[in-house]
Amino acid sequence: MVTALSGDQPPVVMSHKDLNFIHVRQGGLYWVASTKTDASPFTIIEFLNRLAALTKDYCGSLCEKSVRMNFALIYELLDEMVDYGYIQTTSTDILKNFIQTEAVTSKPFSLFDLSNVGLFGAETQQSKVAPSAAATRPIMSHRSEQGGKNEIFVDVVERISVVIGSNGVLMKADVEGEIRVKCYLPTCSEMRIGLNEEFSIGKSQLRGYGMAVRVDECSFHQAVKLDEFDTYRILKVCPSQGEQTLMQYQLSDELPCAPPFRLFPTVEKDYGNRLLIFLKLRCDLPPKSTALNVSVTVPVPKSSLSLSQELSSPDQTADLQLKNKAILWSIPRFPGGAQLSALFKVEVPGLSSASLLEVGPVSMSFELPKHTCTGLQIRFLRLSPTHPGLSQRWVRYVTHSDSYTIRI
Amino acid sequence: MTQGLDVSSLFMEMVKASATVDIVQKKLVYLYMVTYAGHKPDLALLAINTLRKDCADPNPMVRGLALRNMCNLRMPGITEYIQQPILSGLRDKASYVRRVAVLGCAKMHSLQPNTEIDPSVVNELYALLRDPDPVVMVNCLRALEEILRDEGGVVINKPIAHHLLNRLKDLDSWAQSEVLRLLLRYCPRSDDELFDILSLLDGFLSSAHAPVMAATLRLFLHLAAAHPAVQADALSRARGPLLAVCGSASRELRFAGLSHVQQVLRSQPAQYCSHYKRFFCSYSEPGYIRLRKMEILVELVNDENVVLILEELKSYCTDVSTDLAQAAIAAIGRIGRTYTEKCLDILTGLLALKQEHITSAVVQTFRDLVWFCPQSTGPVCKAVEGCDETPQDDEGKQALLWLLGAHGELISSAPYLLEGFIDGLKVEISSAVKMELLTSTLKLFLSRPAETQDMLGRLLHYCIEDEADMNVRDRAGLYYRLLQSGPDRTRQILLGPNSDPSMTVLTGRPEEPVSVWASSFNTLGSLCGTGAGPENLPAEDSAHQVHAAEEAELGFGPAEQNLNTEPEEPLSDAAAAELDLTAGPPISHEAFERLWLDLQVVHQQVLEVRRPPEPPETLQAAFLLVKIQTLAFSRADAALWKAYVYSRAGGTLLLAELLQGAPEEPESEGMLLVSIKQQPENQSAVRNFISVLKRVLQTLSSNTS
Repeated sequence: MVTALSGDQPPVVMSHKDLNFIHVRQGGLYWVASTKTDASPFTIIEFLNRLAALTKDYCGSLCEKSVRMNFALIYELLDEMVDYGYIQTTSTDILKNFIQTEAVTSKPFSLFDLSNVGLFGAETQQSKVAPSAAATRPIMSHRSEQGGKNEIFVDVVERISVVIGSNGVLMKADVEGEIRVKCYLPTCSEMRIGLNEEFSIGKSQLRGYGMAVRVDECSFHQAVKLDEFDTYRILKVCPSQGEQTLMQYQLSDELPCAPPFRLFPTVEKDYGNRLLIFLKLRCDLPPKSTALNVSVTVPVPKSSLSLSQELSSPDQTADLQLKNKAILWSIPRFPGGAQLSALFKVEVPGLSSASLLEVGPVSMSFELPKHTCTGLQIRFLRLSPTHPGLSQRWVRYVTHSDSYTIRI
Repeated sequence: MTQGLDVSSLFMEMVKASATVDIVQKKLVYLYMVTYAGHKPDLALLAINTLRKDCADPNPMVRGLALRNMCNLRMPGITEYIQQPILSGLRDKASYVRRVAVLGCAKMHSLQPNTEIDPSVVNELYALLRDPDPVVMVNCLRALEEILRDEGGVVINKPIAHHLLNRLKDLDSWAQSEVLRLLLRYCPRSDDELFDILSLLDGFLSSAHAPVMAATLRLFLHLAAAHPAVQADALSRARGPLLAVCGSASRELRFAGLSHVQQVLRSQPAQYCSHYKRFFCSYSEPGYIRLRKMEILVELVNDENVVLILEELKSYCTDVSTDLAQAAIAAIGRIGRTYTEKCLDILTGLLALKQEHITSAVVQTFRDLVWFCPQSTGPVCKAVEGCDETPQDDEGKQALLWLLGAHGELISSAPYLLEGFIDGLKVEISSAVKMELLTSTLKLFLSRPAETQDMLGRLLHYCIEDEADMNVRDRAGLYYRLLQSGPDRTRQILLGPNSDPSMTVLTGRPEEPVSVWASSFNTLGSLCGTGAGPENLPAEDSAHQVHAAEEAELGFGPAEQNLNTEPEEPLSDAAAAELDLTAGPPISHEAFERLWLDLQVVHQQVLEVRRPPEPPETLQAAFLLVKIQTLAFSRADAALWKAYVYSRAGGTLLLAELLQGAPEEPESEGMLLVSIKQQPENQSAVRNFISVLKRVLQTLSSNTS
């Protein structure tokens, strides 16, 4: 069955002879569940996601190789999580008592590790930068030398989706954010996370007060204690080992700051069959911030043949992807406040004025380390009782582009 | 795990290896045994001893492990060995062992499905529902559900239901959603109890866990089936969480969320209208999510957001994926049934791109649009005329042919286009296209005989003499014989309505009651097919109707006419006597709505007649006979029945609303209340209009009574 899945069209649920197959895709792997009953799709999908997350926690990373090398470990996990098709427990705290196998870690070279290097905004340990592999190791390594390290990572991850109209007006801006904790502390102790004091939830009852950090809706993990949240904006939790999402929040339509990128495009017909696309891209982040791995996709007419380009610096690349009929312009680093421009000349046989309609909308993907669009910050991170000198605490911020579309 | 290799020959060695203290080795050996016990039942029996010994191990983890794996061995005769350990496991002091033992009961039952159910085990399981460990409790429910499946599953009576509700907070989210699902079986005795339960469940409705939220919402909808206001409230409070799921990082979860939003939209489209931006597609999303989002966007269109939604959909029309581009065009066409002008502009603009798949989708959309909104015929014909690219796929060709046949008199190049098709007949493969070509050429012949006669002759000749497909040949023969009976007869039979003969309902798709879909909420079914169902229906509908119309043309046309003439005679007498109402060009929905909102009511009265029970088609036909045009009717079974009609008289335009069952007019008791708006004012025309209206309705009522 799995081989029958094509890349782009997995319908999530498939049926074959009264048997339903539900799958998710994570880490390049298909995680498939089968059931004969008409079960809740949310439960099964969430469970498969949880299984993938636990596998990642225990094996360190999620790829075909780590699954193959840790077969016994994953079997142990599954055996404790599911009995006779019924979910027993998925809590790391309970599971760790039953899991005996050590994880075998591979050291895969991954581009993701490289991109991570820049994003450790170590707020609590100003001078140190955590090694990039720190957050991709298994949670349980009793005997290895790395196991002695008591670390806790708190990540504020936001995904932004923006649509900017052809007249430059912001048409849609949504932010989905979450606070994730990745904990390698062997013993549970209470952790207190302080958010911005001016953090507010709900449709602007605080309008006009200036710097408030606002979200529309907010939900918490059931283990989070909120008794100090209303007055001091403090989340209290006893983190269990592994990764957990403590808080999820959404903000729609009202960004507190300008969208990170603006595009000023000019598209015109040159003589002959040549299409000129001139793009001026401005990064509206504060000067201290930098956007990484920026890529700009510009759809071009279906009949486009070749591309010649003029870019403003040699580390940028641009090429015409014939399969997608689009120009892909990649910018590895884009400092805040900077402006880049690019001129693309596309050879389009049979170019007509109608072909210009096919150019656009431009879509972008990028990541913004040390930056949150809502302005959510973590004021402090305290563990009690304090482990004297043993534990290292890291706070990281990153904003990913979920979808960033600029119409031409 | 063995990469397909059969390693069952090692069974003996494995049995020996099971006697070890290393737990990891034990686990792996047990896994081996469970896999191969079916192949080697005799050797597996040798392992039983070790397993039974482990079942008495002081370490509860070992006890549980052994018991679990022993129950997993699927071989004949195993039950006699596992019964005793299971029963003692049920009373074990470690909850871990009890969890395993409880599910062991279910496994044991499945090994011997046809034997009598042991009442003592069932009673024990019911008693264990009070176990302090929440997982044991939930496992009991699961086991009972399996064992008692033939009797309808575990019994949820009042004490059990309340017990479960009270312990809901202690469970983890998986167990919560499962218990909530089982609670669907419980029906509260009184409204008080019902509302107690609902208020207890209230917090779970906004749970951060999608499974819990969905299960709670389903339970709410089910329990409050008799309280639509409570249902609506629950739906509106679950909106936030559901929208959050639609934006989840996991795309499969996103898909599930979208499918469920679609279900909610069937009853409450207005709830999500202001959140339409959440359903804008992202370029990184896979196609199946984007298709769902487009379907949802179509449902969310209203006066405020129509411009932005159309702009968004327009940007999808040039997508690299043909499927998505065509789906976007079809979506614009669906919106065009309400906002005709705006959509026609976009669709006509797309023709300029001169791309096959886009042209084809646009032409198909045009066909549906003309069928549903006759007022769009003019602009569509102009656009088709100006388009020099013809679709190359079968669907597109058929659509173009239909347009040429039905409205050939408005498209000056129609004969040339048809001639092109007839010239290419030999290489045409699809018989459906050929059938459509036959019909449309014949229709065009009826409206423009001089230009078409020659090619029709060629076409019929080819289809009757050289065509291999029997259907096409029969159809050609039928048309040939039809033509022999004379052009008038042909016209009478062949030309049916060129637009949707049924009533269009005032505001798009009627809102369905929640109960229609509540039972499939949070089930796999909602993800597979049904979600896409209602959106695709109208398109299919139109195809069916086209066929139905054709059928009517061919065989049942006259019969239908007879039916319609029934009320005709008494009416036309009455109407002719004093009335000068005139029919004019049809008014679009938009125009009517605008006028209706702008104008004041000039006259209102209760007509002394009830609503005629006729189907809307008959009503419309009857109204049309006296030159009253109909804009919309509400569904026949609606509590508050409404109809909007209009007519022209003496240079004024009359708009009227017929209303039955208005709550503020209790004394009218089912009598129709008519409100009239007029531009410009003319009291005598209103009087005339009322008297005609009354007479029509009276005639209809007396006819049926």
